[in-house]
Amino acid sequence: QDSVERIVEDAAMDLSLNPFSSGTRLRDMIRAIRASKTAAEERAVVRRECAAIRAAISDNDQDYRHRNMAKLMFIHMLGYPTHFGQMECLKLIAASGFPEKRIGYLGLTLLLDERQEVLMLVTNSLKQDLNHSNQFIVGLALCALGNICSAEMARDLAPEVERLLQTRDPNTKKKAALCSIRIVRKVPDLAENFMGSAASLLKEKHHGVLISVVQLCTELCKASREALEYLRKHSVEGLVRILRDVSNSSYAPEYDIAGITDPFLHIRVLRLMRTLGQGDADCSEHVNDILAQVATKTESNKNAGNAILYECVETIMGIEATSGLRVLAINILGRFLSNRDNNIRYVALNMLMKAMAVDTLAVQRHRVTILECVKDADVSIRKRALELVYLLVNDTNVKPLTKELVDYLEVSDDDFKEDLTAKICSIVEKFSQDKLWYLDQMFKVLTLTGNFVKDDVWHALIVLISNAPELQGYSVRSLYKALQASGTQESLVRVAVWCIGEYGEMLVNNISMLDVEEPITVTESDAVDALELALKRYSVDFPGDVTKLSEDTSNCCAE
Amino acid sequence: WILFQVHCHLIFLFFSASSQINFVLLISRQGKVRLTKWYSPYTQKERTKVIRELSGLILTRGPKLCNFVEWRGYKVVYRRYASLYFCMCIDADDNELEVLEIIHHFVEILDRYFGSVCELDLIFNFHKAYYVLDEILISGELQESSKKNVARLIAAQDSLVEAAKEEAGSISNIIAQATK
Repeated sequence: QDSVERIVEDAAMDLSLNPFSSGTRLRDMIRAIRASKTAAEERAVVRRECAAIRAAISDNDQDYRHRNMAKLMFIHMLGYPTHFGQMECLKLIAASGFPEKRIGYLGLTLLLDERQEVLMLVTNSLKQDLNHSNQFIVGLALCALGNICSAEMARDLAPEVERLLQTRDPNTKKKAALCSIRIVRKVPDLAENFMGSAASLLKEKHHGVLISVVQLCTELCKASREALEYLRKHSVEGLVRILRDVSNSSYAPEYDIAGITDPFLHIRVLRLMRTLGQGDADCSEHVNDILAQVATKTESNKNAGNAILYECVETIMGIEATSGLRVLAINILGRFLSNRDNNIRYVALNMLMKAMAVDTLAVQRHRVTILECVKDADVSIRKRALELVYLLVNDTNVKPLTKELVDYLEVSDDDFKEDLTAKICSIVEKFSQDKLWYLDQMFKVLTLTGNFVKDDVWHALIVLISNAPELQGYSVRSLYKALQASGTQESLVRVAVWCIGEYGEMLVNNISMLDVEEPITVTESDAVDALELALKRYSVDFPGDVTKLSEDTSNCCAE
Repeated sequence: WILFQVHCHLIFLFFSASSQINFVLLISRQGKVRLTKWYSPYTQKERTKVIRELSGLILTRGPKLCNFVEWRGYKVVYRRYASLYFCMCIDADDNELEVLEIIHHFVEILDRYFGSVCELDLIFNFHKAYYVLDEILISGELQESSKKNVARLIAAQDSLVEAAKEEAGSISNIIAQATK
């Protein structure tokens, strides 16, 4: 009797222990994993747990399915394989209760990706759940579909999602809108099915629905020319109204960020305006005033405001804007460039790169500040500024710009030297018509960071010297001096040794001196010593036979 | 010539206005993964590689540097909150400043939900953190700008789970009574 009672009591205990909650067991697994001192220990814990889960799966255990799914997700996050658990997601999703579906759908989106065939098996459950009477279950299905569906599933379930766009519940509507985005990305042909609903949903008041629908409209325009034209015709007025209302809105605690009402809505509408106004004068005209309002009215002391201004400038530069509006945009850029916040400076440099296509002169005006950014403490900013400087180089400014860059080369960080060297060499080669200037820059760079100079660059240098007899004397003397001063950079040594080998006679006899030069005294033995020292230091391949070179030089000098 | 190239490239950039977040990654200062959500297709192997690469890139960045790193032609926006780095990967021409706000939006919602959220909350209740994320992003796009609405929706769903728990509990009570 006792034992029967105890068995039933245990069973009751097990039931009440609640298969829905993770209970102490999930916690215990997590604790055990965290307590592992070595990777091997952790692997042992995981192996043990996976074995238990596999057993439960093959027993078709219902009670702990939920908890086991949670464990599987945790194990998966650590990076271990969990394919054996994929079917469990399906079983949970197919169950009737909300808690099972909740964790089942989560498991689905975490353990699987769209390329797995197992995913197709969920289509039926999804279809049922999209038609469920419980709005939260509909939401789970929309969320899962929106995160993970394949093109085939998108096609299958598009009609359900289209229908859900018309539902009354705003939570369902917004999820349906975002789900539609994924559907259209996977199957662009379906874009026209959604454009009517999307346009009419712009009349909604619920912000969640609005931001989702506006984003859907943007996506539709990208997917289909027809949708783009349709939305141009039917949504511009509505968009202007939405932006105006939210921009003029008084304090709304639910949506307030740094004193601005719903910056996210601002930004999405601005983005859609860009898509609609691009290459369309009519549409651009319609949005002109509201863009000016946002550009002048938005506070720029906090990130939220700057995020809006950034999007606004992007839109102004992307559409057929008036010159007045463009001036506004460039002014914002100018202010951004001097902002103390390095995020803003980084973003400004980005915008300026794009502005190059629209108004090069305006960007040139900021050249000095941009050059300062090449020396910024932040490597992301340095890189971006360097790219921009490269685009700004022209015949008029190439010499002062290059001088600044070469000066900076000396003090820059090692991890930036490679980029900087490459860019300088690239600039200098482009403007190498002034051969003397080109040589001077190359010699300086070889001296400072020759190790980063690519082979084809110093090969080109050698070719130029070979073909410029009037500059060979100058070259060999400059390189000799550089070698004496600091012969630590390998490429410098290579080029110098080649040059001395070829033109040693000019070196020793000060032949074809230029006006800018002062005579130097180099004896034959000086020259040979320099070569020998260099060769000793770098016993690597030299252009031409090494011993022959030094013999040649001695012979050359002796003649 | 350079300008022509830039011009063509930029027209393409201007036109492809998107805002999709490719993936979300939460890592601790020691490089432990606390949450990952992938909105673009990455295999398990690729994911591990991505996490390793980004951890190396981001965890070594000094505190005064900007919140954006360029990586494989994408941009990763990140911000550190206590011992956790919240990272979101976007396309090169997307609005980084907005993503910073989305990260903050997510963090504030987590904070309200857990009541002063800390890393341990996200470890032991990771599945709940995912439920919260699923009310904020779908397909890498923002779903709700009202923190209040997100909180309300999560609370409603948590209630459904509680209610189901109680129902199961009451069944076992009946059985327990019947066996006395």
